[in-house]
Amino acid sequence: MNINGQDFIYGCSAIGAGLAMIAGIGPGVGQGIAAGQGAAAVGRNPGAKSDITSTMLLGQAVAETTGLYGLVVAIILMFVKPFPASM
Amino acid sequence: MGMMKIPMIVHEPDFMIHGVLKMNIFGQELWITDTTIGSWIITAVLLPIGVYARGKLKTATASDVPGAFQSALEMGLEALENMAQGILGGNARKFVNYIGTIFLFILFCNLSGLFGLRAPTADYGVTFLLGMFTFFIVNYQGLKNRGFGHFTSLFQPIPILFPINLIGEVANPISISLRLFANLLSGVIIMGLWYGMMPWFAKIGIPAALHVYCDLFSGCIQTYVFCMLTMVYISDKME
Repeated sequence: MNINGQDFIYGCSAIGAGLAMIAGIGPGVGQGIAAGQGAAAVGRNPGAKSDITSTMLLGQAVAETTGLYGLVVAIILMFVKPFPASM
Repeated sequence: MGMMKIPMIVHEPDFMIHGVLKMNIFGQELWITDTTIGSWIITAVLLPIGVYARGKLKTATASDVPGAFQSALEMGLEALENMAQGILGGNARKFVNYIGTIFLFILFCNLSGLFGLRAPTADYGVTFLLGMFTFFIVNYQGLKNRGFGHFTSLFQPIPILFPINLIGEVANPISISLRLFANLLSGVIIMGLWYGMMPWFAKIGIPAALHVYCDLFSGCIQTYVFCMLTMVYISDKME
């Protein structure tokens, strides 16, 4: 099996993309905390359910951003192929 | 992608932006892509509805009984005004037109994945432009309401924080545009992988659940978040 420089770079890019998706841990924890706190808040004050839900969703969507940055980096590494072989 | 040969995949999953027509203008290559055509279709759908709705609300009197369309229209408008009122307070009337416009455009773009189009918001060119609109509106409001204080506020509370404040200002449009783009792109990629790589029996029924999450839920939430954050940024500059 011959591996030339181009193949090696593609392989390393795929590994890098996988590593970039470790960023998914953070938003998972953050969104879970937000959802748990939201559930607790609804339990304490069921009357404010709609306000709590919209605030929770907004906060979760903002917390998601760092994970999405990781996703963008991974997608760029996989499909845009920013590193040419002629290096 | 042409040089990757993986024998397991039946055919290459397809979620890229495709060029339809190439033009040469002033020596520059200009492509009409899926995104352009999708946003034209969405504009063509939205414009007649908008003109019709405007006529309907303009001519409505207090005495006649509203039909289903007019009732839905009034409910939607009221929800939009309440949303703007909750964040911008007394200034809501000045911005409710713009917020409503981008709300409808982004919502229809996000939902267009359900109708077989490639969502135009899954193209960074579109969302970056929307983010830049937000950036210019926010900074125009800052200049208008604070004058020169708009620049000196970057040195608050202590001057050494200037670089961080500057990065914070510039990062706003990038972060809201990337958020919208990446959410929609992940939906498009998941749907493309599912339709491209799964055997035929997995394409019955299951994609419906994926469409509900990736297009409907994610699309609606992200539309709401984009408009909400635009208003939050504007209201920061209002006082």
